[in-house]
Amino acid sequence: MPPTIEEMPMAKALNAGLRAAMAADDRVLLMGEDIGTLGGVFRITEGLQAEFGMKRVLDTPLAESGIIGTAVGLAMRGYRSVCEIQFDGFIYPGFDQITSQLAKLTNRTEGSVHMPVVIRVPYGGHIGAVEHHQESPEAYFAHTAGLRVVSPSTPNDAYWMIQEAIASDDPVMFFEPKSRYWPKGPVDFSSSAVPLHSTRVVRTGTDVTLIAHGAMVSTLLQAAQVAADEGVSVEVLDLRSLSPIDFGPIISSVEKTGRLIVCQEAPGFVSVGSEIAATVAERAFYSLQSPVLRVSGFDTPYPSSKIETFYLPDADRVLEAVDRSLAY
Amino acid sequence: MAENSPTVQFLSIDGEFAPSEAAEEYLPYLADLSDDDHRQFYRDMAISRRFDEECTNLQRQGQMGLWPPSHGQEAAQVGSARASRPQDILFPTYREHAVGLVRGIDILGIVKVMRGTSLGGWDANDPKNGNFRNYTLVIGSQTLHATGYAMGVAFDGLVGTGDPDVDTAVMVYFGDGSTSQGDVSESFVFAASNQTPQVFFLQNNQWAISVPVSTQSRIPLYLRARGFGIPSVQIDGNDVLASYAATRKHLDEARAGQGPAMIEALTYRIGAHTTSDDPTRYQTPEQLAYWVARDPIKRFEAYLRAQGADDAFFARTTEEANDFAADLRHRTLTLEAPPLSSMFDNVYAEPHPLVAEQHAWLNAYELSLREGI
Repeated sequence: MPPTIEEMPMAKALNAGLRAAMAADDRVLLMGEDIGTLGGVFRITEGLQAEFGMKRVLDTPLAESGIIGTAVGLAMRGYRSVCEIQFDGFIYPGFDQITSQLAKLTNRTEGSVHMPVVIRVPYGGHIGAVEHHQESPEAYFAHTAGLRVVSPSTPNDAYWMIQEAIASDDPVMFFEPKSRYWPKGPVDFSSSAVPLHSTRVVRTGTDVTLIAHGAMVSTLLQAAQVAADEGVSVEVLDLRSLSPIDFGPIISSVEKTGRLIVCQEAPGFVSVGSEIAATVAERAFYSLQSPVLRVSGFDTPYPSSKIETFYLPDADRVLEAVDRSLAY
Repeated sequence: MAENSPTVQFLSIDGEFAPSEAAEEYLPYLADLSDDDHRQFYRDMAISRRFDEECTNLQRQGQMGLWPPSHGQEAAQVGSARASRPQDILFPTYREHAVGLVRGIDILGIVKVMRGTSLGGWDANDPKNGNFRNYTLVIGSQTLHATGYAMGVAFDGLVGTGDPDVDTAVMVYFGDGSTSQGDVSESFVFAASNQTPQVFFLQNNQWAISVPVSTQSRIPLYLRARGFGIPSVQIDGNDVLASYAATRKHLDEARAGQGPAMIEALTYRIGAHTTSDDPTRYQTPEQLAYWVARDPIKRFEAYLRAQGADDAFFARTTEEANDFAADLRHRTLTLEAPPLSSMFDNVYAEPHPLVAEQHAWLNAYELSLREGI
């Protein structure tokens, strides 16, 4: 029996969450490249093949469409597959099976078939890797009806959200912020704190609202601390779910602060941040004291890693936007 | 076929029983077929052709958005479907009308898909639909679903038990064009790697819309599978007995735990790719005549007549097919548009606030229009 609260990195929390889900339901399978004996390139599945066997933790051939497409067939047979995509930029060979098959089959079959498949995607930058290893492709999937899209920012959320995603009868795109795999944080094993699809206020404030998901949440908390030192009270929201988006806490926050800055590593054009800006403009227009601003990656390919810090929004770029918002 | 042909063929194009050398190992699989079975094969083929003809007409009359004809491919489809056992699971493309008929789906389900009143057409999980999965329109994508499903069948322990009512196989249909798709190659890889209980049934109808099979492959397509470590065979796809025997053998072996196999059935799409297509732009009259002379139904009729089937049998079958078509026409014309709620239902299995909100908005909007009148 583990202690109720334990400090651990997100990587270990995900491992514990996967283990709990597999122990709870023997129809849960893990599938992916190098996830068996190696434990995955990020070691998220470490030890699970030894514990649950080769038929529950499958080292697949190296083919993303094959992984997703066979997971679709397994779902038709009643299995609940958790597919690991090795890196964000390698998900595109599986795009048709995700968007045309996995996402649409429940609707196409008028509900006779469910697709309880989780696709785990280590995503985002800050790790100094080569091309295709640091992207943030979540908007493609948030745009697709039939998919749910979530991204944890803390070890505790990672532990609980992966189990909630596996328990869902819908396909869930699970974006893991790989730059947050190793910092430790508390995991409360006693209960799930919040439902899967809910936005959470992680720091209260009164002057301006900042919102992000995944690794950017910690950047916002840094920025909020600096702003506090300068006398600006910043509220920080962790989006957690990118589809559906829980707009209630966002609207409430904007009604209080009157200012919103949406932050993400992904490019800004036609992004999750754009959707939040549009919806806030529709629903909280009279509360806004300044335009909703976006702080995002540029609309370029992800750059060479030696200059990635100029691409990725940091606390300074967030604070620059805070200044602009307050000066409006 | 040439004498040294690798192709499994039992019936010559004149309907004479003359097994090719390659057919010899498949002969035992014909042994338990009765005259009634033979006549059933014929009825299946005749009814599915008449069904196909009626659907083409209905499309021409504006009653369907699109129709993909199966004319010419009846022997490949009926023979393979009749070789499957009730517990087997069949994954079609979008042209396996005869397979659906044999497996016992309400054939109107296919019409619903093509008329635009349903996306799926039938409930593949309803036992009365014969484990005939839904049509798939993205070329080749169903091969991976079949392979994953077959992995699940094996995980469930339904392979190699020796109980003929338990052991289960999966058969997936695909076409010559789809063999160029990555998903088909990936499904070969996954099937070979997992030794799935699975038969890949390729209908090589010579055309991917307008592109001939020679553009897809420089080697006979059945040889492709061997490069993946999957045993394969080429059959005369217009010989219903060849289709039956080859599929029986390889499904039996798959159920017994001997892994996947691939069958290439050489056939021809006598009709258009779909009713939106014009094959006169790419197909020569000589090609068409060559294959019309190899018509699978006429060939089997000649065989049955030699076996003693009389005019009365064929007249009865024609009448049965006409009745089937008339009933289908009647039921097609009664198919209405689905309720607007079907757009929002089952987008997700669990509640979703955005979809619920938009559904409520459309209801309110439609109501406001009615109230405005």
